[in-house]
Amino acid sequence: MIKASGTLAEKILSDKSGGQAGAGDIVIAQVDLVFVQDTTGPLTVRQFQAAGFKRPVSSIKAALFLDHAAPSPNRELADDHSFLRGFARQTGCFLFDVGDGVCHQIVAESLARPGDLILGTDSHTVTAGGLGAFACGMGSTDGAIALGLGKTWLRVPESISVRLSGRFPVGVYAKDLIIYLIGRIGADGATYRALEFGGDTVSVMSVPERLTVSNMAVEAGAKVGLFPADEMTRDYLAAQGRVSDYRPLSPDQSAIYEDTIEINVTELEPMVSKPHTVDNTAPAGELRGTEIQQVVIGTCTNGRLDDLAVAANIMQGKRRCSRTRLVVAPASRGVLQAAVAAGYIQTLLEAGAVILPPGCGPCLGLHQGVLGAGENCLTTANRNFKGRMGNPDAFIYLGSPATAAATALRGEIADPREFL
Amino acid sequence: MITGCAFKFGSGISTDQIIPGRFAYLRSNLPELAKHAMEDADPTFVSRVKEGDFIVAGSNFGLGSSREHAPLVIKMAGVRAVLAKSVARIFFRNAINLGLPVLLCDTDSINEGDQLEIDLQEGTIRDITNDRRLTFAKIPGIMLQILNEGGLLPYLSKYGDFRLPSVR
Repeated sequence: MIKASGTLAEKILSDKSGGQAGAGDIVIAQVDLVFVQDTTGPLTVRQFQAAGFKRPVSSIKAALFLDHAAPSPNRELADDHSFLRGFARQTGCFLFDVGDGVCHQIVAESLARPGDLILGTDSHTVTAGGLGAFACGMGSTDGAIALGLGKTWLRVPESISVRLSGRFPVGVYAKDLIIYLIGRIGADGATYRALEFGGDTVSVMSVPERLTVSNMAVEAGAKVGLFPADEMTRDYLAAQGRVSDYRPLSPDQSAIYEDTIEINVTELEPMVSKPHTVDNTAPAGELRGTEIQQVVIGTCTNGRLDDLAVAANIMQGKRRCSRTRLVVAPASRGVLQAAVAAGYIQTLLEAGAVILPPGCGPCLGLHQGVLGAGENCLTTANRNFKGRMGNPDAFIYLGSPATAAATALRGEIADPREFL
Repeated sequence: MITGCAFKFGSGISTDQIIPGRFAYLRSNLPELAKHAMEDADPTFVSRVKEGDFIVAGSNFGLGSSREHAPLVIKMAGVRAVLAKSVARIFFRNAINLGLPVLLCDTDSINEGDQLEIDLQEGTIRDITNDRRLTFAKIPGIMLQILNEGGLLPYLSKYGDFRLPSVR
């Protein structure tokens, strides 16, 4: 049980640093989990070795993920994979190999616990905030030192309270909420802050929905995006056979927030981020006529079972527009298996989708769906920066799985409510 | 005291512009990777930058990925410090860990090609070309210690552990 008081961020970091910490304090905190992936991991291991460490300290869980370029598209990355597999063998780190899935999804499914301090050498480590973990992306050197020492230094962030009320309308999802929020506060609107989500709506948001919101907290510059741990969290962990990992976590009534943002989700509509920044937002309906050559459904933001279900329901018995490619990448092996069992994969295949192995797929522009010059893509991923999907002369739009499915059917950006 | 030439960039320069994900296959070949520094923001940057120069940017520099390769290639290209109105959290921390100073200041008056003289200890920037002086925000104590040791690895090799500054 966490005894400290304050915001979620203050409570967790107080617990991990053994004292009462407040916003602005610098603390040295014990870390529960450190993980790396295949594009940042090799540098992490080299820095770990350069610092003189032999194996990760026994007080932490350490995990390596081969997900960003999986299976490897070229020999250089194959060598990086071999290097990480060798390190896992030597040290006994958990290794999640090609096909197991995206690090953030597996962390949520198997490793993250409410109240944990988690460091990952990937900026979307914030995803696990959906489970009430203080999960923070860092670089390779910070990851290496945390692996070796089992701790890191952190500045306790000021928190912004995001109060959610109302119910999501049909066709509007957690992704639309976070795109709306980033559009409202800007790509640096929460820099160095914790975004803490609360309010009546949260108690009916599933953990997968929360993970989507936390995942994109970093796109507003936030250090973490935190949800309380409640009955929904307990149910999610119980469904994975991990109910013993549950502990309730909520901010104190007296917690001090730097700012409060109120959002009535009933008033939201399907939202899209336009090129080349995530905060360049517009309702999907206003972008009718924007032709899209590739639609991607997947990634650590929206590659979960619920996301594939939403897309499959919209595409059931229909076929993608012949001018629009449809690429689907389940977030993990477990998601893929469940989606096969539920018939979603069959539906998507019949709709003309290409199914990629579980992993990051085309999100970062390495392989499996690099865009051509002048092409437009609508993806359920979290970033639309220039060059992100492998070509600085292409254009990336972000939207929900429902918006993506509707867009694939029409060949241009579509409001999914027209298909429901 | 460090002196060099300013390379001016706008706001919102992401890690994908600093070192695009499509070059991830070069991340274990750092000299080759560094040849692509800033490529999607300015393809001519690497051919023009000289040892000791500065990147001068608008707000939210380095947003996006945790890839430490972003500040690493900037440093390897010869850049001695990054000046920006604001900078993304992870980039800031990564740069300090590598011993690359990131100085938060009002960069509007600095133009491309200006000669700058920076005194890290005094906290001042002198734009020699337009004869202006600027100050930059104080670097937080523990980050300054890490920077002063040349980065996180040298810091830990000296102290063996994290040490919080006595005055916060």
